[in-house]
Amino acid sequence: MSVQSPISSVNDFVVRFANVNGSGSASANELFARSILRHGVPVSPRNIFPSNIQGLPTWYEVRVTEEGHLGARGGVDMMVAMNPQTWDKDVASIEPGGYLFYDSTKPMPSSKFRADITVIGVPLTAITNSTYTDPRQRQLFKNIIYLGALCALLDMDPKLVEQLIAEQYKGKEKLLSSNVHALHLGRDWALQNLKCPLGLRVKKADKVGDRIFIEGNSAAALGAVYGGATVCAWYPITPSSSVAEAFTSHCKKYRHDPATGKAKYAIVQGEDELASIGIVIGAAWNGARAFTATSGPGVSLMTEFIGLSYFAEIPAVIMNIQRAGPSTGMPTRTQQCDIIACAYASHGDTKHVLLFPEDPAEAFEFAAQSFDLAERLQTVIFVMLDLDIGMNHRLSRPLKWDDARQYDRGKVMTAEMLDDGRDFGRYLDVDGDGIPYRTYPGTHPTKGSYFTRGTSRDRYARYSEEGAVYADNMQRLVRKFETAQDMVPRPLQANAAKPTKYGVIYFGSTSPAMDEAIGLLEARGHQLDRLRIRAFPFHSSVASFIADHDFVYVVEQNRDAQLRSLIVNENGIDPVRLIPILHYDGTPITARFIAGAIGDHQDHLKVTPLRKAVS
Amino acid sequence: MTYIAKPKFSHPGLPRNELGFTHRDYEGKISTLCAGCGHDSITASIIEACFELSIEPHRVAKISGIGCSSKTPDYFLGNSHGFNSVHGRMPSVLTGANLANRDLIYLGVSGDGDSASIGFGQFAHSIRRGVNMTYIVENNGVYGLTKGQFSATADRGSKSKKGVTNTDNAIDLVAIALQLGATFVARSFSGDKSQLVPLIAAAIEHKGAAFIDVISPCIAFNNHSGSTKSFDYVREHNDAVNRLDVITGRDPITVDYAPGTVQVVEQHDGTRLALRKIDADYDVHDRLAAMTFLQKHAAKGQIVTGLLHIDPEASDLHDHLDTVAAPLNTLDEAALCPGSAALDKINASLR
Repeated sequence: MSVQSPISSVNDFVVRFANVNGSGSASANELFARSILRHGVPVSPRNIFPSNIQGLPTWYEVRVTEEGHLGARGGVDMMVAMNPQTWDKDVASIEPGGYLFYDSTKPMPSSKFRADITVIGVPLTAITNSTYTDPRQRQLFKNIIYLGALCALLDMDPKLVEQLIAEQYKGKEKLLSSNVHALHLGRDWALQNLKCPLGLRVKKADKVGDRIFIEGNSAAALGAVYGGATVCAWYPITPSSSVAEAFTSHCKKYRHDPATGKAKYAIVQGEDELASIGIVIGAAWNGARAFTATSGPGVSLMTEFIGLSYFAEIPAVIMNIQRAGPSTGMPTRTQQCDIIACAYASHGDTKHVLLFPEDPAEAFEFAAQSFDLAERLQTVIFVMLDLDIGMNHRLSRPLKWDDARQYDRGKVMTAEMLDDGRDFGRYLDVDGDGIPYRTYPGTHPTKGSYFTRGTSRDRYARYSEEGAVYADNMQRLVRKFETAQDMVPRPLQANAAKPTKYGVIYFGSTSPAMDEAIGLLEARGHQLDRLRIRAFPFHSSVASFIADHDFVYVVEQNRDAQLRSLIVNENGIDPVRLIPILHYDGTPITARFIAGAIGDHQDHLKVTPLRKAVS
Repeated sequence: MTYIAKPKFSHPGLPRNELGFTHRDYEGKISTLCAGCGHDSITASIIEACFELSIEPHRVAKISGIGCSSKTPDYFLGNSHGFNSVHGRMPSVLTGANLANRDLIYLGVSGDGDSASIGFGQFAHSIRRGVNMTYIVENNGVYGLTKGQFSATADRGSKSKKGVTNTDNAIDLVAIALQLGATFVARSFSGDKSQLVPLIAAAIEHKGAAFIDVISPCIAFNNHSGSTKSFDYVREHNDAVNRLDVITGRDPITVDYAPGTVQVVEQHDGTRLALRKIDADYDVHDRLAAMTFLQKHAAKGQIVTGLLHIDPEASDLHDHLDTVAAPLNTLDEAALCPGSAALDKINASLR
């Protein structure tokens, strides 16, 4: 246990747990993260898991960050190495001066360790075997025992952990007491046998405030409840399944008629993605707020229906929790790689509205808003989350709802309006905004019915293959998309402390890393104005922002700079003025990566003319 | 699909139903299908059934996929909303529509290409979910719009118009529907309106997944010798197990006491189905027997038609999901949104 210059840090370090998938470690690891939150210290945890049910390696990383940085940092200060299969890689990933925590029941050759780290051995297997006889208990409680040891090593308050366990096992006294017992087994052993605390320590602070700790998928599902969704049709696919599962859970709690106990919602697990979006479109055509949740491969399957929705103008909400593609790609790794696929989904000329929430709070807000937008615009709305937001707990501002808010049901012509003599043409642009009126099936005995179809038709929904009629309709759809520009969430701009010629555009889950990277860049002497895009179609301020700067970095998590391509394509901007900063290995982008890539480019510019630098 | 509207005038002496509607009120646009197409006969039967049931036309949602058959909803119930969706996906669209508003009547019209090939999965899953609908397949065993290719319901050994012999086994949608748990299963023939009209009427009245496979010869590509879906072949090989009358609670129709046993099936919505049994040992309540009966006759080259199975106590998807009685599309903010106070509690639970 001798080492030179061990890392010393209070409330600012990264602990990574290396486990075996299916070993029951997830709840213990999450308990660790929550315990630090109860100390008033922000955390930013991330699941790093394989596409596998059981047996393969899985990691859980907790970034302890009193500064409140919610992006991934990169690097590991302490590795809790519980998986022999990944031992070498895990040990190698520890920062110099870092710490290795391992099960020392069986002796290991010195070659398995590094000289520049602190090695902490706890005979976890021996402790569990001497305490428990049941194999499952041995496996599960080993996780709680290492949590107890970490409490001692990191100087955490065990009472706060006990309190969390009490909340978790409320009403299950036997489980509660046995978990607390295991916690103290580990803690006591560490206090008696190890030098506690380490250089890494958790100290009580008051930096969490009223923020909540929630996964983006759960927040989006709650947004669907608040947004009035009554029909959900879905097909399981990682990383989106928990959206529908959370929606189910929320609905069971909040959506039953108190008098009859009956459900004010319908959830169908479709036989595939095609059926799921078909059910959504059928329900929305008939006036219900409906959505599905999927990921890239699901969007691929849905594209035929998405084209129908665009052309026949039927509201639909698709929550796309992006993962690494193409094809099956890396199902459990994050990317922002479906931008182009969703923006122009389906054959022919289409354009779809995309919303890019940055965190759970926006996932909630945008999900709720997506139903208003879908009905107002009568088109598909994509809520573009990704695995990093969707399947990780994130510290987030509390969710808010204005009780005075009314759902925007869009332009729906009622029987009374029809009886008043209003001219109803399903595809008539009455108001010049490109948005026609619709009627719900069953509205009126003799007026307002029409035939919905994917084939071309005239303004009164009558089948037509006349070229001028088709072109008229397509132009109106363009007008509608232009109308959408001012309805979707606007970009948010933040200017640098000093005037600068350079800007950066980013979106979605990149936000926390970007916010942190700005500080790192300032420390290197670089000033950047920044614009966070929150929706497509792009608001006019996106083009203005680019025009106001000599050039702009576009930071995104895909190989082909998809957002940059969309900006260039939609705004007719010289591509040379948009410099891509791309991260696409499936891990969340980090502030270190962004600051490094932009910083190096900026440094290079100091000695190289711009045209040479970007050509 | 057509843009030709039918003229509005009609003879003042046309018979009217309970609601005062004439047949003309149940018509749609002029069909652009080939003259003599069996599908037009099915359209006429749908119009007749809706007229006889005194359905308000606008309370019907008619949904289809793609193909000749899927064009037909344009040709009936012109005052109702229609949806010509995408190939083979009518069942999912209909399921969603039904979930949004349980108070409408749902007519799903499909074809053998639509339902037995690309849409085979959606057909199966809508049936097993018990969606309250009348699912009609206009089955001609051929792809008409693309000029004569075999569909998945074409019998092995049957010939195309070009003389090609089909070497693939046929999918029998009725057999599949029985296996999947459809609570109303029938087969009919577009050339037998007297059988088809009451079957459609009974299917509309049935609560749950009602499936009718209608052999509907394609006059252009599959009505020749060698075809097992031609008018002549079906007439020669048709074995009707029963004849059906629908007796609504509103205005009973006198049962035709033709020779043979009359069996009355009461459904829990008050509708009574009077079955005149032709095959004396046929029991429409026995799903297993129906499957066996069907297979035995198919082996003999016979096409069994009539009401093959019914469960008069069937439930539907809304029952399974235990949804509220009010259509989901009528629920407002007060009914759907838990409000800020609940959200405050949720926030508190997440700290």
